[in-house]
Amino acid sequence: MTDTLTREPIRSPVSSKEAVALDEHIIEVISDSGEGAQRCGQSLGAIAAKSGNGIWTVEIIPAEIQPPARSVAGASGVRIRIGRQRVTNGGDETDLVVAFNEQVLLGRVRAGEFEPGATILLESMWAEHGDPKIAAAYTETVDGLVDAGYRVIEVPLETECRKLVPDPRRGKNMFVLGMLCNLYSFDLRLAREQIGITFGKKEESVIRQNVELLDAGWEWAEEHLDLRYEIPAERAREPQIVVNGNTALALGILASGMDICAMYPITPATSASHYLSEMFERVGGIVHQAEDEIAACSFAIGASYAGKCAVTITSGPGYSLKQEAIGLASMAEIPLVVVNVQRGGPSTGQPTKVEQGDLLAAVFGSHGDAPKVVMAPSSIEDCFYSVITARKIAESFNIPVIVLSDASLATAQQPFPRPMFSEDWLAPPVDQAPVPDGVRPYEWDPVTGISRRFVPGQPGGMHTLTGLAHDRESRVAYDATSNEEGLRHRSLKLVALQKTLRPPPVFGDPEGDMLVVGWGSTMGVIEEAVTRLRGEGHRVSSMHLRFLQPMPPGIKEILQGFRKVMTVECAWSDRLDDELVDEDNRRYSPLALMLRSRYLVDVDCWSEARGQPIKPGTVCDAVRQRLEHEEGLR
Amino acid sequence: MTIPVTQCLIGLHEVHHSLEDYQGGVPRWCNGCGDNAILTAVQRLCRDEDLAPERTVFVSGIGCSSRFPHYMSTYGFHGIHGRAFPVAEGVKMARPDLHVFVNTGDGDCCSIGAAHWIHAVRYNMNLTVLLHDNYVYGLTKKQVSPTSPKGMRSNTTPRGSDLEALNPISVTLGIQNVSFVAQAADWIPELLYDIVAAAYRHKGFSFIRIIQRCPEFLPKMLEPWLQDPSKTVILTHENGLRLSGEMSRIYKNTREHDPLDIDRAREIASEPDVIPVGILYRNPAVPCYEELRGAGQARPAERIRAGFEAELDTFTIWPDDGGEVEAAAVA
Repeated sequence: MTDTLTREPIRSPVSSKEAVALDEHIIEVISDSGEGAQRCGQSLGAIAAKSGNGIWTVEIIPAEIQPPARSVAGASGVRIRIGRQRVTNGGDETDLVVAFNEQVLLGRVRAGEFEPGATILLESMWAEHGDPKIAAAYTETVDGLVDAGYRVIEVPLETECRKLVPDPRRGKNMFVLGMLCNLYSFDLRLAREQIGITFGKKEESVIRQNVELLDAGWEWAEEHLDLRYEIPAERAREPQIVVNGNTALALGILASGMDICAMYPITPATSASHYLSEMFERVGGIVHQAEDEIAACSFAIGASYAGKCAVTITSGPGYSLKQEAIGLASMAEIPLVVVNVQRGGPSTGQPTKVEQGDLLAAVFGSHGDAPKVVMAPSSIEDCFYSVITARKIAESFNIPVIVLSDASLATAQQPFPRPMFSEDWLAPPVDQAPVPDGVRPYEWDPVTGISRRFVPGQPGGMHTLTGLAHDRESRVAYDATSNEEGLRHRSLKLVALQKTLRPPPVFGDPEGDMLVVGWGSTMGVIEEAVTRLRGEGHRVSSMHLRFLQPMPPGIKEILQGFRKVMTVECAWSDRLDDELVDEDNRRYSPLALMLRSRYLVDVDCWSEARGQPIKPGTVCDAVRQRLEHEEGLR
Repeated sequence: MTIPVTQCLIGLHEVHHSLEDYQGGVPRWCNGCGDNAILTAVQRLCRDEDLAPERTVFVSGIGCSSRFPHYMSTYGFHGIHGRAFPVAEGVKMARPDLHVFVNTGDGDCCSIGAAHWIHAVRYNMNLTVLLHDNYVYGLTKKQVSPTSPKGMRSNTTPRGSDLEALNPISVTLGIQNVSFVAQAADWIPELLYDIVAAAYRHKGFSFIRIIQRCPEFLPKMLEPWLQDPSKTVILTHENGLRLSGEMSRIYKNTREHDPLDIDRAREIASEPDVIPVGILYRNPAVPCYEELRGAGQARPAERIRAGFEAELDTFTIWPDDGGEVEAAAVA
């Protein structure tokens, strides 16, 4: 800990204001890009987590690095949901907002992100801005917000911070953090400690200045704001770690024993590789930034072929480019882990926004019949464990394993129990033992389709691996029998894996009026919605799939326990109220399509692709509406 | 000279390989295809260098030339079109102990895989690269290639191609970190062998463009060079190729060229209508990417565990965190 934090008498100032106890609150801090709202929000999340609260943070990211100042599209910041207990998703509308200018609020207001009557703490400097247009825009917006029913509190951030630092643009965020600590009754000592962590690499004077700003923010809020809340925490007994999904993925890669990652920069996947690069510098391992996505995948395949299973990390457009190489891994039976942190598509789509649009590309992508395993983590914790499982499956079945995360998991933070390291997670050393006489490179097991792979360096195992159709000797074979033998055994591996999976648990009763089915990042949202709906008396349950290919056993029986089955997905599906859309031509969302075709059950779907995580309240509305519609039909 | 008995006994236990130890399937290339000469030169090299077949990997893309690994009895990786370089790089990064060769064609390397080619030169990994350049797409039945001479008629250029040919050696010589560039011709097997051997012995990305005949689709194209050895310029140097007496009687058009001289190498590579054969450039001082990255280092489980725990420590909230802050305050 730094000198500043230990030398000064550390005491937490005591507020004299009465605190209102809350179960949860959603707070948003937004600014122009580069003003530090993200750092402020992430710090608040960390402080809340350290206080024992449940948290879920969602980053608000502009697509450009330096969007114009005071622009609607330039809003940058964080949304933090703080609860008494574990929080599994970003929740509904925001209760309290801190904004560094009025323009960054507009997009959020238009998108309906704020709770009616929400409190808005707004930087007031713009009212007296030298440019009359800016001053007018500010006044007009404030009036509009007040008319719309929001409680706008103007805060002289600039003026207050200028008392302490010459350039308030680089200090307001810690002043705001101090304000928020006062408003939410957080221990200021935790905040100071957080500053020590955040600015740990900087000079002592930087830390001192930020602590002064923090304290000043607290004092200002104590004196000028009549609000004070408290979200009593129920602390976990076990140690917890707080990371976002991409950090969890990178930790999973380390814990899985994989030591080569080949990647090409792409939003929103890249931060996983950033952290992995940093970690590998300390622990050993190589992150290779390849010349393109195809090279990254091919490099990982080459490394896997000659050694331990390797990994490549990408997002949608990069995933499309890798498809041919993934097919090669499938055909030649080379273990490979491909992480796809999905973003909005198609094409370049919405790079920083969430969507679950790549499911079908993952399951069916690559030409011909190219079996691969597709998994989807359903929480931050799952991001960590999925990679370990993916590596194991890839090497046990000599098959590519696709891990579908998304932009929502990538940047969201949520505490989870600190993993207990196990050597079983690690890849075994590369097999260099001689291959017994007579054993062939593709000695497919007739039941499971699995064969033992030969790695260069193994005497007696020499063969040429090929992406062409081949026989058990790995010789190019165009005859009908060899071709079907290869296809059959590669396909059997998925069946064999399926036999090892457990039926997914049902959240709620095993029977009822509706089963909501989801996959990936939406688990927390769906389960929260189901809890609320059940609280209202609806007979609704949910099921969440972590394995999409192969799908675990027992699903058909689960589906049959409900009058209606509906998927909830963050992807596109045709809307039945569009004039030409009917049951015949409707394009279903990806999971619904897969469930319909596999289980012959009339699975309905509800989906949205707004680029934002789905809100539990929205799911509730959708389910209620469909239930009413069903009721009307009966 | 007599050999001590002990040395003879030691010799008995050493495994030596013969040509047969490297011969795989029967080549399915056309009669007269230049690939056969390349295969022979490489098999000879493997024998002469006594490469353990299980520690040798031939990586290829797609095309006639890329069938090469199937005709070796080492490990082979016959992958996808244009991607032999990144696959070979992955192999080498995971296993720097292996001897890794790349077989690629003019379409595979200079067209669909061109981006990888440029970056492979830059990475300068210790790979021996054989560019089988026959100026035409053979496997797909005669289409124009990036190295086809302007005006070449093919199935996609019935009136003759419109573009100037790409020159693989001048391109390679223009890339940062280039460390070895040579040119050979399939119809001069002695020199082909010498060049392949020099490439293998160079530590780094050893790029050989091998000009080869395609008797099926371009039967006449290289005829003038075959008929008249003086049309071929042989680059010789005490640090490069040295011609045997017999060879120097046939190939009289020789030129002294120091392989350390990159400027001269670029000039030679750019001369129109000249086929230089020999080592254009060799710089053993260029570092290899796999060494810069510390490839092949063992990472024991204990190190992973310790590293992992240390990472987790930075993200952990301990149940008694509040207490720790108190303690720090007192201290």
